[in-house]
Amino acid sequence: MSSDEQGLVRVIAADGSLAPTPAAEPYLAIVDGLDDAALEGLYRDMAVIRAFDVQATNLQRQGQLALWPPSFGQEAAQVGSARAARPQDHFFPSYREHVVTRIRGVDPVDILRIMRGLTHGGWNPFDPKNGNTHLYTLVLGSQTLHATGFGMGLVFDGRCGTGDPERDEAVIVYYGDGASSQGDVHEAMVFASSYQTPEVFFLQNNQWAISVPVSTQSRSPLHKRGEGYGMPSIPVDGNDVLASYAVSRVALDEARAGGGPRAIEAMTYRMGAHTTSDDPTKYRTSDEEESWRRRDPIARMKAYLLGRGASDTFFADVEAESAAVAEDVRVRTVELGGLERDAMFDHVYSEPHPLVEEQRAWLASYEASFEEEAS
Amino acid sequence: MTALRQAQGPGAAQGPGAAQGPGATASVPAVETMPLSRALNAGLRAALAANDRVLLMGEDIGPLGGVFRVTEGLQAEFGDRRVLDTPLAESGIVGTAIGLAMAGFRPVVEIQFDGFVFPAFDQITTQLAKQTYRHEGALQLPVVIRIPYGGHIGAVEHHQESPEAYFTHTAGLRVVSPSTPNDAYWMIQDAIASNDPVIFLEPKAKYWMKGEVDAAARALPLHASRIVRRGTDVTLVGHGAMVTTLLQAAALAESEGTSCEVVDVRSLSPVDYGPILDSVRRTGRMVYAQEAPGFTSLGSEVAATVMEKAFYALEAPVLRVSGFDTPFPPAKLEGSYLPDADRILEAVDRALAY
Repeated sequence: MSSDEQGLVRVIAADGSLAPTPAAEPYLAIVDGLDDAALEGLYRDMAVIRAFDVQATNLQRQGQLALWPPSFGQEAAQVGSARAARPQDHFFPSYREHVVTRIRGVDPVDILRIMRGLTHGGWNPFDPKNGNTHLYTLVLGSQTLHATGFGMGLVFDGRCGTGDPERDEAVIVYYGDGASSQGDVHEAMVFASSYQTPEVFFLQNNQWAISVPVSTQSRSPLHKRGEGYGMPSIPVDGNDVLASYAVSRVALDEARAGGGPRAIEAMTYRMGAHTTSDDPTKYRTSDEEESWRRRDPIARMKAYLLGRGASDTFFADVEAESAAVAEDVRVRTVELGGLERDAMFDHVYSEPHPLVEEQRAWLASYEASFEEEAS
Repeated sequence: MTALRQAQGPGAAQGPGAAQGPGATASVPAVETMPLSRALNAGLRAALAANDRVLLMGEDIGPLGGVFRVTEGLQAEFGDRRVLDTPLAESGIVGTAIGLAMAGFRPVVEIQFDGFVFPAFDQITTQLAKQTYRHEGALQLPVVIRIPYGGHIGAVEHHQESPEAYFTHTAGLRVVSPSTPNDAYWMIQDAIASNDPVIFLEPKAKYWMKGEVDAAARALPLHASRIVRRGTDVTLVGHGAMVTTLLQAAALAESEGTSCEVVDVRSLSPVDYGPILDSVRRTGRMVYAQEAPGFTSLGSEVAATVMEKAFYALEAPVLRVSGFDTPFPPAKLEGSYLPDADRILEAVDRALAY
């Protein structure tokens, strides 16, 4: 970590004390601008989603979901970046950004519908209630190109760089240290730079691509790659929600204003498994996990808030909300219905397609033939 | 009448006077003879002019006009925000085209050569083809991927391939290929107007083949197949550049006393089986010709479907004449690799021997 620490933006230390790094200096005014309600809101976002995440893992263990990719440990990077955006901004997640989607308005149960085998998508990105949040993408890095193309559209349509922060739009795309090796991420950064898209490449370096450590993906800090594409690139302590917020806020503001693409590398840790099918004991040590547990983003923010005098009532309230959200998600998930057989033929194309319709009709008559036999 | 006139192929480069011939209407000025590449250029120009959300993307398509000059003059006319010389990265081009479509544009992508589409294969098959399904209809992806394809130009590796089966095998894509300038002019506009992704395969060997383009009368719908020559003994079916070869074979067969009907498939996915089955039910025999390797090819699919749907009409097995199941060979061997009229007639003879 020592080389990564160079230039790292961090505002609060692992013990919750205010201890800005030299690189954090330009961001302190933004942090100072956060009032108690905003600070408590960041904590609440993180705590609630962790309860949801634990619930989702439990649901998988109980056979209610096929799979679950936990966000456990990455809450600060996600909450900070999502809260830094404006309503008109556009989000392109990978598939672990559960709190990002929730902050933007997506119902977490819509994510669980994917994992329950009910949909490949889950929500409508173009419905205003979902806050311009595009769908999860499972082919790693693919979404970076979609985000860049979308950003090109914003440039071509004059939807950024007008100087009006209430109107200008930006794009933020999430990916990880594993995906950073994908060619699509490289091509996305090339295109973003060429067309000066209003875009933030938000890399969550959670240290592990399933079982392969980040040192196999890159022998130099990933944020240094930004320079090669001609874009500013900032390393931030991704377990510090305040630093994550401030760095994202500046990057998004600059992108929205027409400054072109930016990159952020948020240093964090996937405290849980890659997914519920994974077994981290096969590839990493408990000492390593323990060292990151001491840097837990939620415990850190709690200590910081306690130091500022946050009340017990507040924490009790957050705990109650977390439990309520988790319970609500459980109830609604187990009550989810099935799918009509016919649904597999819907939306393969936007316009009528004879082969799809022929097969839809065939399946219906095939199924009907059993009913006739039974009668 | 139109079909028979077009059926004469490249040898029938007809000059302006042809507009006076049978089939020409009173609106003569709308009919112009031009090569297929120029017809595509005119179709793209019409699409750009008709809808300002249409934009072209590709490598070297700006001042150069593309390596085949299909986009010549379009950047000068519509500007570099409508006709984009992109970085040299096929996955990047298709991936950003998807994002542009999400932002309300109708991107038309040029892939420089058939064999260079594969860096974009992931974006085409896992993203472009599946986004509407993933979005449960909330997103339409009107993206056209233009790909010059096929042999006959004596080029190096990766420049003469016929990759259509990869795309016809992928649900969510539409795949078409024009064989005449008039179809090129109209089908590119229809593909751009489609709200689904369209793989638009351009028979590069025919880029210089001239024919009449009637800008006043729409061609058949995008996904219709067409009988381009009437005959009674054997039905010859194919797509793209092979349609010309089928017509040559039919002309030769006629001189030997065999009457061949020729069907231009035009739409490779979905396939319009109406005219194909109609023809086979009359002739009882069918040969499918294609440049692509035969194993798990479009010809295989059409042959299987015809045998399922017209079994009792058949007097002989449906036969396929294809490229061999080898990589496309060095160009000095392409004459032996690619089906020609003689190989098609050999199959016709076999079909008639049953």
